[in-house]
Amino acid sequence: MQVPAQVEYEKAASVEHALALLARYGPEARVLAGGHSLIPMMKLRLAQPETLIDINGLTELAYIRVTDAELLIGALTRHAELLASVPAAEHFAILHDAEKVIADPVVRNWGTIGGSLCQADPSEDLSAAFAALKATMVICRPGGTRTVPARGFHTGPFETVVGPGELLTEIRIPVRAGGGSAYEKVGRRVGDWPVGAAGVALWLDGDTIADAGIGLTAVGAKNFAAAEAEEFLHGAIASEDNFARAGQVAAEHCRPVSDQRGPAAYKRHLAAELTVRALRRALRRVRGEAA
Amino acid sequence: MQITVTVNDAAFTRDVEPRLLLIHFLRDDLGLTGSHWGCDTSNCGACVVWLDETPVKSCTVLAAMADGHRVRTVEGMAAGGHLDPVQQGFTQCHGLQCGFCTPGMMLTARWLLDHNPDPTAEEIREALSGQVCRCTGYENIVRAVQWASRHEAAGREPGPAGGTR
Repeated sequence: MQVPAQVEYEKAASVEHALALLARYGPEARVLAGGHSLIPMMKLRLAQPETLIDINGLTELAYIRVTDAELLIGALTRHAELLASVPAAEHFAILHDAEKVIADPVVRNWGTIGGSLCQADPSEDLSAAFAALKATMVICRPGGTRTVPARGFHTGPFETVVGPGELLTEIRIPVRAGGGSAYEKVGRRVGDWPVGAAGVALWLDGDTIADAGIGLTAVGAKNFAAAEAEEFLHGAIASEDNFARAGQVAAEHCRPVSDQRGPAAYKRHLAAELTVRALRRALRRVRGEAA
Repeated sequence: MQITVTVNDAAFTRDVEPRLLLIHFLRDDLGLTGSHWGCDTSNCGACVVWLDETPVKSCTVLAAMADGHRVRTVEGMAAGGHLDPVQQGFTQCHGLQCGFCTPGMMLTARWLLDHNPDPTAEEIREALSGQVCRCTGYENIVRAVQWASRHEAAGREPGPAGGTR
């Protein structure tokens, strides 16, 4: 029987209240959103917070909105809500691709976007998607907010820049016309964490790549991104040869480790192959072809 | 801490430890043993109940998180002395053998049909993909949900219940 250790519990009534509770209980408090990462960690004693601050009542953090310049995703948005979001899928098919292969439908009903990001599992899917999209994270703290690029959000496995007393509240993704995006994942079975996965966002000027964002997860990529492959593609022709080379560059710069999900060499192979597949699919979407 | 949870339309107030999982609250504190406690790792789905309007895995939700909310369990599916069409479908199509996964399967199936009254077999399998059955090979579970879908469609339109399409 797995049950969490004894813990104190507080229900936050607003963002301000959550921040006040975080300040009162200090660094041994943890924010409880969907709990679908935290509660299993607590059962295994991999996490043993003294206090849980339940933010599920903060419905003001559950939204998906589009402005002229950005797609805004509230941190308490459930995975199922992002998967079902028409504006999110219209602007960024990569998010729909990724959400379809995160866990299973019932887990997606309750797990949250912000919770997944703050759990900061090195195999987490959206971390790669948001890295590809060059998203920005909004973090609330007493007296104001600060923003951090998605690529600077994680400080290591299961660690982020969100400090004690702070709360991730929003993810912002810049909306730019004429792009296409895609996410490709290989897992051991449906709903599992990836053995490897790649996300791509692509913008073209004719046949030339005006900009490319490439995210990688589960393969030890720095900041969940393949910056060197992006640099290689910038200004290049969108061709099979260049996509293959970009995949190679991405694979060369990641540092996968062998574990129960697969050997490092296979993960490196996936980094290359899935980067290519995601590039192809994103390109078809840029061109309005069936993808 | 004291919590009040409305389970199958009845409010229950209890003193619980904050660490108490919803599945244990339902089974041990309220005696509602229809919800099954399975893998304990949010993989198998035997513990699925509705939290407000949404199926969740109750082994991964604290009872405290349900405070002030509504929970629906398999005990709340039948109404007015009649089994829910999903329950009838599982009976008609032999949608279970040992029955351990059945309450969770039926609650997710009910949610699916409420949102998608005429799902394809593929959509049914996708909806139930977070729930494990080790007996049936899923074939009869899919048939059971299809039976309920047809039965409900027949109830909305003239024609014999459960008729073929």
